[in-house]
Amino acid sequence: MLTDVDNAAFAVFIALFVLVTGMGFVASRWRKPETLAHLDEWGLGGRKFGTWITWFLVGGDFYTAYTVIAVPALVYAVGAYGFFALPYTIIVYPFVFAVMPVLWKIARDRGHVTAGDVVRGSYGSRGLELAVAATGVLATMPYIALQLIGMEVAIKALGLHGEVPLVLAFLVLALYTYSSGLRAPALIAFVKDIMIYIVVIAAIAIVPSKLGGYGAIFTAADAAFVAKGSGGVLLSPAQIFPYASLALGSALAAFMYPHTLTGIFASSGGNTIRKNAVLLPAYTLLLGLLALLGYMGHAAGLKLASNNDVVPALFKTLFPSWFAGFAFAAIAIGALVPAAVMSIGAANLFTRNFWKVWIDPAVTPAGEAKVAKITSMLVKVGALLAILLMPTQFALDLQLLGGLWILQTLPALVFGLYFNWFSSAPLLIGWACGLAGGSWLAWSDGLKPLHSIDFGAGPVAIYTGLLALALNIVVAVAVNLLLKGLPQARLSREAA
Amino acid sequence: MIRLLLLLPFIGLIIVSFYNVREPYLFGFPFFYWYQLAWVPLTSLLTFIVYRSVRHAD
Repeated sequence: MLTDVDNAAFAVFIALFVLVTGMGFVASRWRKPETLAHLDEWGLGGRKFGTWITWFLVGGDFYTAYTVIAVPALVYAVGAYGFFALPYTIIVYPFVFAVMPVLWKIARDRGHVTAGDVVRGSYGSRGLELAVAATGVLATMPYIALQLIGMEVAIKALGLHGEVPLVLAFLVLALYTYSSGLRAPALIAFVKDIMIYIVVIAAIAIVPSKLGGYGAIFTAADAAFVAKGSGGVLLSPAQIFPYASLALGSALAAFMYPHTLTGIFASSGGNTIRKNAVLLPAYTLLLGLLALLGYMGHAAGLKLASNNDVVPALFKTLFPSWFAGFAFAAIAIGALVPAAVMSIGAANLFTRNFWKVWIDPAVTPAGEAKVAKITSMLVKVGALLAILLMPTQFALDLQLLGGLWILQTLPALVFGLYFNWFSSAPLLIGWACGLAGGSWLAWSDGLKPLHSIDFGAGPVAIYTGLLALALNIVVAVAVNLLLKGLPQARLSREAA
Repeated sequence: MIRLLLLLPFIGLIIVSFYNVREPYLFGFPFFYWYQLAWVPLTSLLTFIVYRSVRHAD
């Protein structure tokens, strides 16, 4: 298992990993609550995270390790199209600014911990609550598995082979999440984010000088795409609608996920969230620059077995080994924060919207915390087994569907914050149609996220999730009108 | 009304064919790249202006 390991890189990696593991366990005593045996404390860190903690936590949780690997890999493979992550992670913040403080306030006032709680509070419907909660858990599971893929790439780059290191790292993660709850990833996020900033700033400052400047990097990438006969540093006309619709759809879906919502609910107030909508784009700048590593891979003339290796290979080729070890540790630790928050978010949903409703309505706050702790453990073990036993493509396909699914919870979760025109049944039917219709479209397109439709001016491809959302809303509105119309129609008939 | 500033990033970024061009370059970056990167600080600034001007009870 220790074949071609570089000692300096390995030592730096292990030292940093030990450091964050220690922090993970110590976190249970950080900003110490009276008791951790309450879901508000274990699962939301006491709802007291201020501007900076929230900035590090949401930043560390939304810009995942998989992003660090996959976005440059996509840009390396296809070029400009891979940059849709940039407009996506820009337009998400005006949305967060406008919507999330409203959501936070309702959740805090009513003591809600999850999206499922908020929906039940707005509509009083157990069915809609269960639909939103189940969608959240299903969409999150493959997302956790993706974090493992990110960690796997970093561990492999270090020269470690086999599955033992991955299993060990995840076991440690599971244990400190169990004991410290959301405080663990919140504390580790400080280290993780600072490390990622150092790595990316070093890369964008030093790599271009070694490769002849940004002009040369774009020229090299251009030449590589021309030679390959596909991709390019600009979008092809056929990619324009996919680019825009993926950016918009992803932005709308991003803060419907349990892990991002957990970061929102855990913050100390609406103004904390608004300030973060101003400050979080710093991470987007980082992501945009990180994406350029894909082009640097072409300029450096890397020969890769897999596109996912572009970032590790770049660091191995252009930096001293200790710094490469630092970069790999940043990626691996980067996987721990989102994986922890995702498992906590999923566990909160299971506990509040399934266990408490259908299994044990009399559960105490301490009982809730206990169920959530065990669930978070099971969720992580499930993701680990999925990665070890199933083909990687399976997790990728599921994650893609997960984005489509989670987007279908938007009408139920967001519309009720602004007006109470809808009743629960139309929203539930809309959700079911969006989910089924979208999944069927994606399936029939060979699990591609784009579907071609013809508005009369030739076919254009659009993000399937957005189409499903449109169907969802249209159905919900139609059914709601029908239900509202029915009693009046009957009344007027009886009157006549 | 000032809240409408929040819509500008959507408009600026969703009309992709407007910025899907190479010229003009800036520091070696084609327009496609620096235009989108420029929207990052711009969006922060617009959001900050709205933040300052909206009074928050909480």
